[in-house]
Amino acid sequence: MLVLVLGALVILGAIYAEPVPPEKTVVVPPKAVVQRPPDETVVVLPSPDGHTGTVVVQRGGERHVLNRPFAASRLAGGQSEMVQLSDAEVRQSFAVTLEALPARPTTFLLYFVRGTDELTDESKQELKKILAELKQRPVPDIMVAGHTDTVGKLEANDLLSAQRAERMKGFLIEIGIPARQIQTAGRGERELLVPTADNIDEPRNRRVEISVR
Amino acid sequence: MRWTLLLCLFCFAAGVWAGDVGQIKAATGAVFLERQGQRLPATLGMPVLESDTLVTGADGSAGVTFSDNSVLSVGPGSVLAIERYAFDSTTHNGHFDASLKKGTLAVVSGKMVKQSPDAMRVRTPSSIMGVRGTEFVVKVIEPGN
Repeated sequence: MLVLVLGALVILGAIYAEPVPPEKTVVVPPKAVVQRPPDETVVVLPSPDGHTGTVVVQRGGERHVLNRPFAASRLAGGQSEMVQLSDAEVRQSFAVTLEALPARPTTFLLYFVRGTDELTDESKQELKKILAELKQRPVPDIMVAGHTDTVGKLEANDLLSAQRAERMKGFLIEIGIPARQIQTAGRGERELLVPTADNIDEPRNRRVEISVR
Repeated sequence: MRWTLLLCLFCFAAGVWAGDVGQIKAATGAVFLERQGQRLPATLGMPVLESDTLVTGADGSAGVTFSDNSVLSVGPGSVLAIERYAFDSTTHNGHFDASLKKGTLAVVSGKMVKQSPDAMRVRTPSSIMGVRGTEFVVKVIEPGN
């Protein structure tokens, strides 16, 4: 009798026993390699005239506005922060790069007689300075941008400014600058040196701007 | 009508050299321009085009002047992609997107930034920089270096 009861219990136990889960293959993840982003530094420099512009650095959700000399935004070891660096450490850290920076373009302004593509006498003298500047540069090229005052229509001024630039290119070729080094553009009355109303005769606006770079 | 035609001619003439966006003004050591899968040794006076990537070796540095008068330079071990560049010399509208993958970069912004402050953007692996008429330097150091 006892044997029977015990036997029944064993059978019941077997029925209610938790099913043994089938053997699983355990995947051991390889040791995670945390891919850290590269370290970064951004620094604003004052320009030679002392003015400092603005660089806005957007990094993830952060926004760093750099507008003071040698203000920097840094990402180091995954940590993002704004810091103030010194002139000396920036110049040292970026010495080779800053050494390679090409000379900033130099700009000359030459003026025209009203409604013509004839240079004023003073401006003819300026051409010599342009030659001197060209000699300072290893591979010079020149951008000649013509401008007008506001006398006349916009389209006519676009043409006149382009003619002035082309005429200037002619002068530059005459004094020995190869044509392939010279580009021209006509800016019309879009960039007045002296702001005026429409149809104002303003000699200082009748000019070409020559960038030697 | 006549003016319009002439203007179109000027626009066309401008378009002819619009492909040159810049020029190599300084090159020391190993300097290359990667262009359409090719790696060209960069020499002084060589034109730089949109979509070019400027690459320097461990001893290299290079300087480039762009058509809007912006200038930039890269130091040793640098990779700088000129992703997008356009500049209209009549209106001064344009855009300039560059990406520094690694190395060092110095930038002096030019005329297009004066015309429209959002025209120039420089990217690094983790950041995007908006440039408001200024000079700045950038360094990207890969982990382990």
